[in-house]
Amino acid sequence: MRNEILRAIDKNGRITPDELAIMLGYDVDAVKKEIQEMEEEHIICGYPTLINWDKTDCERVTAWIEVKVAPQRGLGFDKIAERIYKFEEVESVYLISGEFDLAVMIEGKSMREVANFVSSKLSPLESVLSTSTNFILKKYKEHGLTLTDESPEDERMLITP
Amino acid sequence: MRDPLAKKVVTIEPSGIRKFFDLVSDRKDAISLGVGEPDFDTPWHIREEGIYSLEKGRTFYTSNAGLKELKSEIAKYMERRFSLQYDDKEEIMVTVGGSEAIDLAFRAMLDPGDEVLLPMPSYVSYLPCITLADGVPVVVELKEKNAFKLTKEDILEKITDRTKILVLPFPNNPTGSIMTKEDLKEIVDVVLEKDLFVISDEIYAELTYQGQHVSIASFPEMKERTVVINGFSKSYAMTGWRLGFACAPSNILKQMLKIHQFAIMCAPTTSQYAAVEALRNGDDDVNHMQEAYDHRRKFLVHELRRIGFEVFEPFGAFYVFPSIKAFGMTSDEFAMKLLEQEKVAVVPGTAFGACGEGFLRISYAYSIDSLKIALERIERFVKGIKNT
Repeated sequence: MRNEILRAIDKNGRITPDELAIMLGYDVDAVKKEIQEMEEEHIICGYPTLINWDKTDCERVTAWIEVKVAPQRGLGFDKIAERIYKFEEVESVYLISGEFDLAVMIEGKSMREVANFVSSKLSPLESVLSTSTNFILKKYKEHGLTLTDESPEDERMLITP
Repeated sequence: MRDPLAKKVVTIEPSGIRKFFDLVSDRKDAISLGVGEPDFDTPWHIREEGIYSLEKGRTFYTSNAGLKELKSEIAKYMERRFSLQYDDKEEIMVTVGGSEAIDLAFRAMLDPGDEVLLPMPSYVSYLPCITLADGVPVVVELKEKNAFKLTKEDILEKITDRTKILVLPFPNNPTGSIMTKEDLKEIVDVVLEKDLFVISDEIYAELTYQGQHVSIASFPEMKERTVVINGFSKSYAMTGWRLGFACAPSNILKQMLKIHQFAIMCAPTTSQYAAVEALRNGDDDVNHMQEAYDHRRKFLVHELRRIGFEVFEPFGAFYVFPSIKAFGMTSDEFAMKLLEQEKVAVVPGTAFGACGEGFLRISYAYSIDSLKIALERIERFVKGIKNT
């Protein structure tokens, strides 16, 4: 039941427990209980909204920063990752295999704000060896959903056998 | 001037669905729950393979029976999903949709006057195809009390010395009913005893919601007397690619192939290359779409019952077939009024045979959001009837 619920809400966080219960064929209370448990266990960590900020008048700049760090003895990368992800400006942090260690997404109001964050907060951290900042020019797809398309019209014929 | 037309063709009734289509097509503001095709686009990796085949200049004919790679993938697919073993060289052919395979099977197997048992309500093409092949359609009425399944008694009632073929249209369009292994067992007994052949249209096989689909060809001694028809339209959301296939014993397939060779030459090459990709890497797509349909199915059945329809729970395809007998209207009247008053298009059950009277076909090849909007309108319509 858990996986069924998760697959169903993955792309649509607004679906209600009642609808879920109908669509999956379970009892509403059982579905509610399962969701609550998954929230407590941090399997479901939140219900954010996917917004295409480019279409609004809010200024937003996102940067993808490749960070090389020196892992700390006994703590590996987790400690340094934590020091980075606790900053509010940080949108996401991933540990990456390959050329660098951490991929850090930063959101700011302007390029200057992001640049300031990198130079004054991120780079000076003791374990950070180097950073490489890449500004995101356009978001095409996030969380499996395309941001660019207008919702396409149903072009099927109205009645078919 | 002499009459240029053949009586056989002229006397065939135009399909009931066509009449309704003509009415609906002017109504640009109508929302439709009337389609018989997936709302999903063909998965991108399959489309991309079609594009690549065009880029590579693969714009030639394929052999009549279809691309070798595709037939070999179909053989593996039939084994993997339905435990059926077919020889890809002699027992499989690729057709222009499942529809062509239906036509070919009747034409290859019927002599004038041979009778075909045709369960109805069912897809609109069987009856005219039988007539065009000089066969005699004998309608077997599927009953709501049997969950629209075919029973032994239904067929025994209609069998004569001329009966040659039984059409098995399950999972069924328009009712959504399926035949389980147990349901099929008693049909198999009759088929073997009466020495019949079966044309089993399994185009919706991947869209079942109560266990895996079972093909009648998987019963002992049945493979040599069954033509299994399947295709890519429903399972892989590939209706417009026009690609289906038939699996049959080589003696039947050879004759079907002969007609196909002269009438069609081969199925579209681009579609065939795309289909190879579908069968190699598309199982997950099928499962995802099946799951989405299942959610909508449960939602739609639940909501229709809440609104006041009597609904038998369908376990296949993507249709619900609610009864409207409680509302004191014919299917045509109900569908027409619903269209006029609330601008929702559904298909009257009668489009699939006279025995579809008293029912509607409602498709759930639509997003939950679209279904919700349509259901609101249907609910308002039903309340309106109750209040008058």
